Amino acid sequence: MRDLISKLTGAFGPSGAEEQIRQVIRAKVEPLADEIRVDPLGSLIAHKQGNGEGKRILLDAHMDEIGVMVSYVDEKGFARLTRIGGVFPLYCVGGRVAFANGTVGVIGLEGKRKDPNKAPKLEELYLDVGATSRDDCPIGVGDQAMFVRPFAVQGTRLISKAMDDRVGCAVLIETLRRLKSTPHDVYFVFAVQEEVGLRGARTSAYGIDPDLAIAVDVTTTGDTPESRPMAVELGQGPAIKVKDSGMLAHPAVRDLMVQQAKKAKIPYQLEVLERGTTDAAAMQLVRAGVPAGCLSIPCRYVHSPSEMVDERDVENSVRLLLEVVQAA
Amino acid sequence: MILEELANAIGVSGDEGDVRAIVLDAVREHVDDFKVDTMGNVLAFKRGTGRNRLRVMLAAHMDEVGLMVVGYNGDGFLQVRTVGGIDPRLLPGALLLVGPERIPGVIGIKPIHLLEPDERDKAPKIENLVVDVGAKSKDEAKKLAPPGTYIAFATRFRDLGPTVSGKAFDDRAGCAVLVELLRGERFRFDLHAAFTVQEEVGLRGARVAAYTIEPDCAFALEGTIADDIPKEKESSPTTALGQGPAITVMDHSFIADRRLLQLLTDTAQELGIPYQFKQPGIGGTDAGAIHLARAGVPSATVAVPCRYIHSPVALMSLNDFNHTVELMRESLSRLTRRTLK
Repeated sequence: MRDLISKLTGAFGPSGAEEQIRQVIRAKVEPLADEIRVDPLGSLIAHKQGNGEGKRILLDAHMDEIGVMVSYVDEKGFARLTRIGGVFPLYCVGGRVAFANGTVGVIGLEGKRKDPNKAPKLEELYLDVGATSRDDCPIGVGDQAMFVRPFAVQGTRLISKAMDDRVGCAVLIETLRRLKSTPHDVYFVFAVQEEVGLRGARTSAYGIDPDLAIAVDVTTTGDTPESRPMAVELGQGPAIKVKDSGMLAHPAVRDLMVQQAKKAKIPYQLEVLERGTTDAAAMQLVRAGVPAGCLSIPCRYVHSPSEMVDERDVENSVRLLLEVVQAA
Repeated sequence: MILEELANAIGVSGDEGDVRAIVLDAVREHVDDFKVDTMGNVLAFKRGTGRNRLRVMLAAHMDEVGLMVVGYNGDGFLQVRTVGGIDPRLLPGALLLVGPERIPGVIGIKPIHLLEPDERDKAPKIENLVVDVGAKSKDEAKKLAPPGTYIAFATRFRDLGPTVSGKAFDDRAGCAVLVELLRGERFRFDLHAAFTVQEEVGLRGARVAAYTIEPDCAFALEGTIADDIPKEKESSPTTALGQGPAITVMDHSFIADRRLLQLLTDTAQELGIPYQFKQPGIGGTDAGAIHLARAGVPSATVAVPCRYIHSPVALMSLNDFNHTVELMRESLSRLTRRTLK
């Protein structure tokens, strides 16, 4: 799965501009699914047909990533930025971004700052794409950019930008590949616009009207120096969500995941996340309500350009998800 | 001019009746069907001329920001809170109309002679401002304006030459654009116009309107922030007056559909209609609620730039207004199923 994760994380797809990543995923799932469609907001849905007697199961991973959007270009060709999703200015300084048309830019920090000891604000950053004037600037207001950083492997750890949530997309694709037959209609949803408010999953879930919905997304960990307390560690197995700031996982969905992990002897952890949420929170509240849960892949440095996961957790997530779908 | 009539009408969020009456009068003759829904939205339908027709929703909100009476102090002054987003620094000295009888009122503040030096530097808070309707006692004030009474700005529309000034251009400008579009020729698609309520308090009317209409795509028509006024540091004006309709790429409420953006900008470029992108990341419109209705609705927002919105008086350019109508009409006449492929 390393190659798949590398390919997915490298693709361009800030929220609202998911065309390129959608193409990459589409090419992977087209040979595996019975039906493929793109819904009104742009989510890609791969449908694996059941025998007509099973449930409607929705498996979700969001394909968008955080990024920046150009809000202004000044006379000298420097751009100002606004955030797409939860962007931390501290992680931005000295970093690079890339636009859909291939333009690369460096993020600089204003020299004259009122308080140099304070963490920078986004308003104090600018983007330098090598232009000398507004007229020769290859990008304009409204253009989106992704952060760039090469994919790296250290032992069992995988490091990349956009692990959130391309690693979840990889888990879905691999699950679809290994899912030979099932009584259930399984809808693999690669959702748009999660990072700006769980938007794509909400409308996709409405369209699919599922009996059960599971989001696969990354979660933070508590295993780094002086980290905030959190009982999730890299390499200790997929995390089965109990609660985050947007949802309480449906107890039946949570228990189903726990039981299947025990039965198949797949390592797992239970997750309580204090800050942050996933597409499951939106899907749970669609129509008359949907039993929803979340399978999380532990990830360090979430929303930085160097998000780190453990590939054993990724593999075990696929195994667990397959067990859950079979047992549902 | 319909814009003048709409801007002079009073319709603070939840109390849009007067505006609704004007809208109904203005569009009745030009639509095939209309209704007022439970929330108070006007939903008007104009059948298209094509086959296999798209359902296209155009929305503009009827409500405006204002105040509401919440209490009284001993001397017969009204205590108030804002309905929608108003900067309290804009309120002292404002002329107001209170309640359905439109009783004149003012927001007073201590004369400058009596202000302590440090008071002059402080922004007033809404809790410390009172509305004076000339009542002499708490009882008299309560009789004139019971709790829950709406208060609106009393500003009248004025023609200043190339620009016009008035209150509530956010979003009577959008309402006027929508009326102009309904008065024109039929489009190929079925046009579902929604004049919505309660946008300023959370996009509430648009949410249920979009659920009812279940459109294939939607456009929110707005009056938006223009802050092309002198500033300390060169950043971006959100929009600028006279530069044409403002197209939103992304704001706090939604990200515009890229296919609809392409349609708008291609049309503008081809016909030489001026346009600008609204500075991304600022504000929110009915499109935020509409695009999340049911299984999702590809949406875009086009706005007339207005200086000093959410204040007693705003300023806009009639050229921008006319270009907004033109850009919408021309773009919509090119909108087909293929646009959304």
